[in-house]
This record gives sequence, structure tokens and C-alpha cells, in this order.
Amino acid sequence: MIENRPILNLVSHLVLILGIAIVALPIWITFVAATHDAVRMTQAPIPMLPGGHFWANFKQTLFGAGLSGSEAAPVWRMLLNSLTMAMMIAVGKIAISLISAFAIVYFKFPFRMGFFWMIFITLMLPVEVRILPTFEVVADLGMLNSYWGLSIPLIASATATFMFRQVFLTIPDELLESARIDGAGPLRFFWDILIPLSRTNIAALFVILFIYGWNQYLWPLLITTDADMTTIVMSIKQMLEAAEQSPQWNIIMMTALLAMIPPVFVVVAMQKLFVQGLTETDK
Amino acid sequence: MASITLKDLVKAYGQIEVLHHVDGHIHDGEFVVIVGPSGCGKSTLLRMVAGLETVTAGEISIGDRMVNTLEPADRDIAMVFQNYALYPHMSVRQNMAYGLKIRKIAKAEIARRVEEAADILEIRPYLDRKPRQLSGGQRQRVAMGRAIVRDPQVFLFDEPLSNLDAKLRVQMRLEIRKLQQRLGVTAIYVTHDQVEAMTLGDRLMVLNGGFVEQFGTPIELYDKPATLFVAGFIGSPAMNFLATEAADGSLVLGNGARMAGGGSTEGRVTLGVRPEHLVADEAGDIRITVGLFEHLGANTLLHGTLEGTTSELIASLPGHVSAAPGSVMAFSVSAGLAHLFDPETGTRIET
Ligand SMILES: Nc1ncnc2c1ncn2[C@@H]1O[C@H](COP(=O)(O)OP(=O)(O)OP(=O)(O)O)[C@@H](O)[C@H]1O
Ligand SMILES: [Mg+2]
Repeated sequence: MIENRPILNLVSHLVLILGIAIVALPIWITFVAATHDAVRMTQAPIPMLPGGHFWANFKQTLFGAGLSGSEAAPVWRMLLNSLTMAMMIAVGKIAISLISAFAIVYFKFPFRMGFFWMIFITLMLPVEVRILPTFEVVADLGMLNSYWGLSIPLIASATATFMFRQVFLTIPDELLESARIDGAGPLRFFWDILIPLSRTNIAALFVILFIYGWNQYLWPLLITTDADMTTIVMSIKQMLEAAEQSPQWNIIMMTALLAMIPPVFVVVAMQKLFVQGLTETDK
Repeated sequence: MASITLKDLVKAYGQIEVLHHVDGHIHDGEFVVIVGPSGCGKSTLLRMVAGLETVTAGEISIGDRMVNTLEPADRDIAMVFQNYALYPHMSVRQNMAYGLKIRKIAKAEIARRVEEAADILEIRPYLDRKPRQLSGGQRQRVAMGRAIVRDPQVFLFDEPLSNLDAKLRVQMRLEIRKLQQRLGVTAIYVTHDQVEAMTLGDRLMVLNGGFVEQFGTPIELYDKPATLFVAGFIGSPAMNFLATEAADGSLVLGNGARMAGGGSTEGRVTLGVRPEHLVADEAGDIRITVGLFEHLGANTLLHGTLEGTTSELIASLPGHVSAAPGSVMAFSVSAGLAHLFDPETGTRIET
């Protein structure tokens, strides 16, 4: 719509600014809270302008024991755990989905449709639904308190397989035929042609899956008992309930800020590919 | 360079047979065009030669090798697709080099061949572009380049020009022909365009409904079409067909007029006369009621009906001609230019 109506312009800008303010306010408060000392945060009204304790809080949160008087792992350790888990989930899921979509689209094997439907059915079984049996399996395999235990049950799912199947179906058959004439075997075709052509989709999926992995709460809570294996997201919740003292908002908010950085970084870094992957259709 | 032999070739998808016992021999260095209406099996036949479709029955040989079960890459062929099928993420150079790279040919040799092909096709300025940055005609050249660098025994083309505009099509047609002659490579070219087929091919294989109707030079097809289908398919405007009765060395037309011809044939026959072979002749036996004229400049097309009937006829007359609609013009056709066909089987009757 190209219209030139000053009132309409003004109103739409106001609405947008209001929207941004509503969305940004909690983040601003988080930031402000992370810059004051513990005492200031317990006094009402809460401050709306940054204070001078940012670096002190930062150091205590990242390298100290986090909350004073708790035995939790330092936050850098949790960040590392979360990062490892999110990366394993994103990379593992993409790798497995690419391979299974490749098999389903390009190979004729017995029970192909059977396998397809088996994968399809897992769509209806997210972790939350199969949590007890999955816990049992992971426990029996001795994977409690390990990165494998954290990530493998979340890797198995069908959504990404479907997406790649859809992507592969849009790639013209002639490309495959041309590659066959050029002498490319199945693996070469996969590696030299399919992967580069799905590049943007892989990036988009990576962003989505990384954030999905990063935000996992229930599953890590269930299978990690070792303080060294806790993830950042679950630790924020634990911090709130820590000890019998009032919550140390400055540290909790600093942790929350730190927890936001990796997903934001991933989104910003992959933004261009991400948008292309979700919008481009032609190959 | 190699000859290609098709022996009793059959292709079936499930129960449905789409190619029926195709035979043919293509000589070394020959340019053969497979032509026919849509869905007649042209692409299927070509793809069988390429190795992209399995052979249901029969044999394909390239050179003296039976290639039925060989992978496409091992058949020493190169194929140009209708939509070019260039790899979108590779530059023109990489597109052309890909097959050679897989063959583990030395880097320097690959570069030499790619540049040589680029020079032949005049695509050197585009070597570092991606296919999407090229026009249709340029992509077409790159697709050809990819075929050339492979230095194959056989070129296969599946309607490579049908995405180009008319003018470019004519130009590329000539270039393909020149290139094939220069390289001396055996080529099979699929098209549904009979003009393209006539101008390009050393020989044409006319396919219809999975059967080979005729396999011969353009002149043979024009002068002696083996079937009604070929007669109607080759030549533009298409040949006129009239139902006639043959008796005693003459043909009785639908309006009762008699003309000489038919030889010893008796009974119902279909008479075929090309529009350009109808010659205005006061004493002629073929009398046409004028419908309308199309003035093409060099010649004039007369659309009309056989006098007294509704059988439609077209005559192509040299220069400018006109007459009042409804008036009658008489034409004759010289003996050698009247074709007779069996109306039941559609086969040619030699007289
Ligand atoms: N995979 C398939 N399964 C079943 N039938 C098929 C298959 N591929 C092609 N056919 C049939 O085979 C016949 C020949 O197809 P083909 O593609 O060779 O036609 P064509 O002569 O190339 O036509 P066009 O000029 O439209 O490209 C068609 O009737 C088509 O329906
Ligand atoms: Mg075709």
C-alpha cells in the first residue's frame, strides 16, 4: 500500500512504537536489574535506570559460584552445557534428517513407504509424551548426566526429515540425471549437489533447532542430577527457588542476559540465510 | 565416434507398452532427429539410449558395445536437456568441469578443455557467472559446452531449443548443426517441430504412438511418405487427403470427377496431394470451390472445398492470385506427385 495520509502514518507509528516498548520493557528491566547490587533490587520501587554494578555482577555470575551460598556450577559451565546440548541437537537432527530424506526421496527400497510412515508417526510423539519410557531407556543405557543423554532423545524426530523431503522434491529430476551422466554416484550427488542446494534450508533449520535445543527445560531437568551437567535454562528456575533467602535478582537477571546471548547471536549471524531459506522457492 | 544400433527395442511402464519394437541403425557421425507428436515416446527412446530409463526388451548398442545395463556415465554419451539442467550453485566453469573432475582428469587438462569449449561457443565472458545470471540462450550454450568438454561418442538432445524465442531457435539450430559437423560426433536429437527436424537431420525417425512410422532422409520422407501419418506430419501446410475410388487406371473423386492414376489398384484409396503440387490448369480434374485466400507474399494459399463436396483442400499458388469466393478454379497434379494410401492400414500404395 502506497498511501500518503499523515494521520494514518502517525497512528501506525505510535502503534508500532508502543508494541516495541511492550516487547522491550522486560528485556530492559532484566538489563537494569543486572547492573545493581543485590540490596538495591529488593527495595521498592525497582530501578528503571542502570546502576554501576554491571562488571561486578558479571564476574560473580560467570566465574563465581553464581548465587552466593549455593553449590551450583558457575554459569560459564552451564552456558557450555547448554551450548553443547543445543549444538548436538541441531547438528545431529540436521544430519540424520538429511540422510533419511535422501533415502526416502531418491532410493527405491522395500517398505520405503513403511519407513516413511514410521518416521511420520514420531511426529505425534514429542519428548513430553514419551518421557517415561525414554527416561527408562536413557537410564538403562547409562546416559544419565551425559551430553548424549541430553541430546539423543531430542534428535529423533520427523519434522526436519519432512522439511528436507519437501526441499528435495522441488529439485528437478534433470539435475539428478545430469549428475548421473556426469558420473556422480549417489554420495557425490548428495554431497556436491543436494547439500549446496539445500544450504539456505539447512541454515534456517539450524536456527530453529538451536533455539529449540537451547530452550529445553523438562528433559534436562529430568536426567541431570549432577550440578556440573545442569543447563542454563533450568538453572535460572532453580536460582529463583534457591535457599530460603529472597531471590538475588541482580545475579538471576545477569544469568538470564547471558542465556539470551547465544540464541541472539545465532539468529543475527544466520539471518540472511534464514530468511532466504524460509522464503525462496525456486531452485 | 560410434554408430548406434537399436534392436527390437520395447519399453513398458507396468502393463502399458509405450515403445513397440523399435529398430534402427544410426551411422557413425550421423545426425538423426526423432520427431513425432507429443506423447509418442521420443523422450523415452532417447532416455533409453542415455541409460536414464531401463530397457524392457531388445538391445541398444553404441559402437560395438551392448549398453543395456551400463550406467549413463559409462556409455560415453552427453545429453542436453530441455530445461538445460545446469547445477544452479556452480559457476559456468564448474558446471562444465564437473563431469571431468569426477573422472579425475588432470586440472590443467580440464581447464584447457573448458576454455576450448568456451571459445567454440563464445561463452568465455560468462565462465565465472552462475547459471541464473545468464539468458536462456546463454544457458543453452553452457549446456552444450558441458556436453562438448566430455568429448563423448554420442550427443543426445531432448528438445533443447523449445524454451527459446523463434529467432534464437533458428540461429541455435544452425549452430548445433555446424558444431556437430565440426566435431563429427554422432547425434540424436528429439523434437516435435517438423521444420527443425527437416533442417537438422541427416535422417529422421518419425515416431507415432510408440511405433516407428518411417526412418529416412528428409527428402525421402517428403517425396515418398511411407504412411498417411508421415504424409500429414511432414510438410507445411499439410498434405491434402481425398477419399477416392480406383478403377481401370483412374481415380474417381468424391464429386464424380475422374483423374488419371491409380495404376492397377482397385477399390477405395486415399489420394494425397501436397498443396504446392496443385497446379492451376484450365483442363484440370481437381475443381476447387474458392473459400478464402491467404496472401503470404511469395505465394498465396487458397482454402477451399472440392467442388460439390465438403472435402477441404489447400492449394499453395506462386505469386499473387485472387478470385471471388464461391467461384471455381481447376487444378491438376502431375502423376509422380500424387500419393496413394490404403485407407484401412494407412500404408503407401506404390503404383
Ligand atoms: N514414468 C512413466 N510412467 C508411465 N508412463 C510414462 C512414464 N513416462 C512416460 N510415460 C508415457 O510414455 C509415453 C511417452 O512419453 P514421452 O515422454 O517419451 O513422450 P514424448 O514423445 O517425449 O512427448 P513430448 O513431446 O510431450 O515430450 C507417454 O504416453 C507417457 O504418458
Ligand atoms: Mg519429451
